[in-house]
Amino acid sequence: MQITTPAFRENSVRALNDPQLQKALGNVEKGFVAKRAAAKAALPEFEALRDQARAIKTHTLAHLDLYLEAYEAKVKTAGGHVHWAESAEEARRIILDICRKAKARTVTKGKSMITEEINLNDYLAENGIEPVETDLGEYIIQLRQEHPSHIIAPAIHLNKEQVEEDFRRVHTHLPETRDLSEPVALLSEARAVLRERYFAADVGITGANFLIAETGSSVIVTNEGNGDLTQTLGKVHVVVASIEKVVPTLEDCAGILRLLARSATGQDMSVYTTFSTGPRRAEDPDGPGEYHVVLIDNGRTAMLGSEFEEMLRCIRCGACMNHCPVYHAVGGHAYGSVYPGPMGAVLTPSLNGIRIAGHLPNASTFCGRCESVCPMKIPLPKMMRHWREREFEKHLAPAASRYGLGIWAFFARRPTLYRLASRLGIRLLALLGGEKRRLSRLPLAGGWTDHRDLPAPEGESFVAAFNRSRGA
Amino acid sequence: MDSRSAILSKIRATRKMEGDDAARRATVAERLARPVSGIIPARGQIGPEERIALFLDMIGKAGATHERLPQIADVPSAAARYLRERNLPAHLRKGADPRLAAAGWETEPALALLAGASDGQDLAAISHAECAIAETGTLMLLSGPDNPVTLTFLPEHHLVVIPADAVHGDMERALARLRAIHGKGEMPRTVNFVSGPSRSADIEQTILLGAHGPRALHVLVVG
Repeated sequence: MQITTPAFRENSVRALNDPQLQKALGNVEKGFVAKRAAAKAALPEFEALRDQARAIKTHTLAHLDLYLEAYEAKVKTAGGHVHWAESAEEARRIILDICRKAKARTVTKGKSMITEEINLNDYLAENGIEPVETDLGEYIIQLRQEHPSHIIAPAIHLNKEQVEEDFRRVHTHLPETRDLSEPVALLSEARAVLRERYFAADVGITGANFLIAETGSSVIVTNEGNGDLTQTLGKVHVVVASIEKVVPTLEDCAGILRLLARSATGQDMSVYTTFSTGPRRAEDPDGPGEYHVVLIDNGRTAMLGSEFEEMLRCIRCGACMNHCPVYHAVGGHAYGSVYPGPMGAVLTPSLNGIRIAGHLPNASTFCGRCESVCPMKIPLPKMMRHWREREFEKHLAPAASRYGLGIWAFFARRPTLYRLASRLGIRLLALLGGEKRRLSRLPLAGGWTDHRDLPAPEGESFVAAFNRSRGA
Repeated sequence: MDSRSAILSKIRATRKMEGDDAARRATVAERLARPVSGIIPARGQIGPEERIALFLDMIGKAGATHERLPQIADVPSAAARYLRERNLPAHLRKGADPRLAAAGWETEPALALLAGASDGQDLAAISHAECAIAETGTLMLLSGPDNPVTLTFLPEHHLVVIPADAVHGDMERALARLRAIHGKGEMPRTVNFVSGPSRSADIEQTILLGAHGPRALHVLVVG
């Protein structure tokens, strides 16, 4: 996708002034937050499982090279092929090559964020192969030529009237008089249209929630069953996964699965969890004849050993964005990147550079909700702070904030002067506040006062009050 | 350097090599050779009848229907009744599973049995699950000629037989069963964990059943 992160401010203003989007974003809080809380409350072991999951991934990352080798060996034993790609471009070429060898004209796709990251759909289309998204949300946004606004609910920014409009525009072979006023009619129509695409497709591409080193299996988790039809009905199944998806054993996978659906949708388990290993066996009456795994680095090895290594524990549940006040306000598209929300604020600078993605780690109130709900206990606010530091060190922060910080630092290093200045400031602001004790305008503070009054300070500073009470 | 070597050497360059590489390799080999179970939720650690009740309660909440049958010989009539009550044609697809084959289908002569994988035209199919997990209300099905994977996803109605004594408390027991059948580290083409009928919430976060897979899942607990 075209990264529009540098325009985050403009994107946000547009999002805040879009009444339809604001209405749709109301569904995030309603649809996810309470359900996750209920699922967590129903499982007393939830907190202990978080610690365990963190330990599993930390151990795996510490031995990542060896687990990848073990995984690769098992895939080969099961008759599958493993391809390694350092970059997005290399991954795209490998996948195109597999599709060409299969003489593919169309490929179906299960929901996969990594294929968004490597911009696979455009590339396949440019090379004469039609990619068909099969997850209902992904299908809808593909019709609209948009990108996902949420990693597990890609069309959460849309309402049913918009979907109806798109279906009428694209499904012109169906009678115009059909009733599409209810979501269930839209679902049935998409089901019927996509059924034909599954059978027509030569290659099915899925992502992977996990790769299991012990067995050489890839794991997908869906509610619709689209990922399973995608990988079962094509002649070739291609799994696209980044290298940090590997876990050691079936038991390790089971442990993390107990957190994934609960954190994502509040389900105890998603409807379909599928472990796939190799191509169909000689005696199997169905399943793909070939099985390929494309293992992608695309920036992950650069995160290893850095202050962002812990981000590689992420299992893409979306809990951080579901609980983020900034995401609730602006939605996923405003971020202008593949991954929105707090996890995107850490990952996007890693993948695309802080020069492009500098706004994202700054678009946080540091309320800490993301870290508190993260099943893998990733310290997201701490890592956003690291990115802010790097941005400052590279002189990328805007001039106003650089000078502002410079002035503050000058005073902060001189406590006597700092106290004097803050005493004067308090008096001045209190005076300006007048009877209302509120300021509706203040030079250099338009970012605040344009939208709400600034309460005038009352009384004295904390240090002054502390000294007074000790002296008393 | 090829991409594989490049990626692996970049990883190695960042890993703390405490002690020698042999120690790291030994740690990994041990973990893979002898998988250890982690925390198992207490929820499923209950008696056999309570496990069945929990399993049915959980999968029922996910939208599945269910019934309990005294023995496998009752499956054909229950399947025929299921189709009749929903005004579905008396056609049922099934794989080669010997446990299903031995159910005595001749007691339902009006029921047409279709064998093998589904081509997408079937309204109903029946599979035999390998086991079930009470903890999450989940069935475990294994692909192959006995229970072709297309039967789990293509028909509108999926009937699944599960013996009462194969309803386990937790996922780790199901994994142990998998290893007992296929051997340590070996897998069928797919292991399908199914926890209800297909569903989607992609339009306005409204949960709807029957997205791409079956609109209805009917569980037959036998024994």
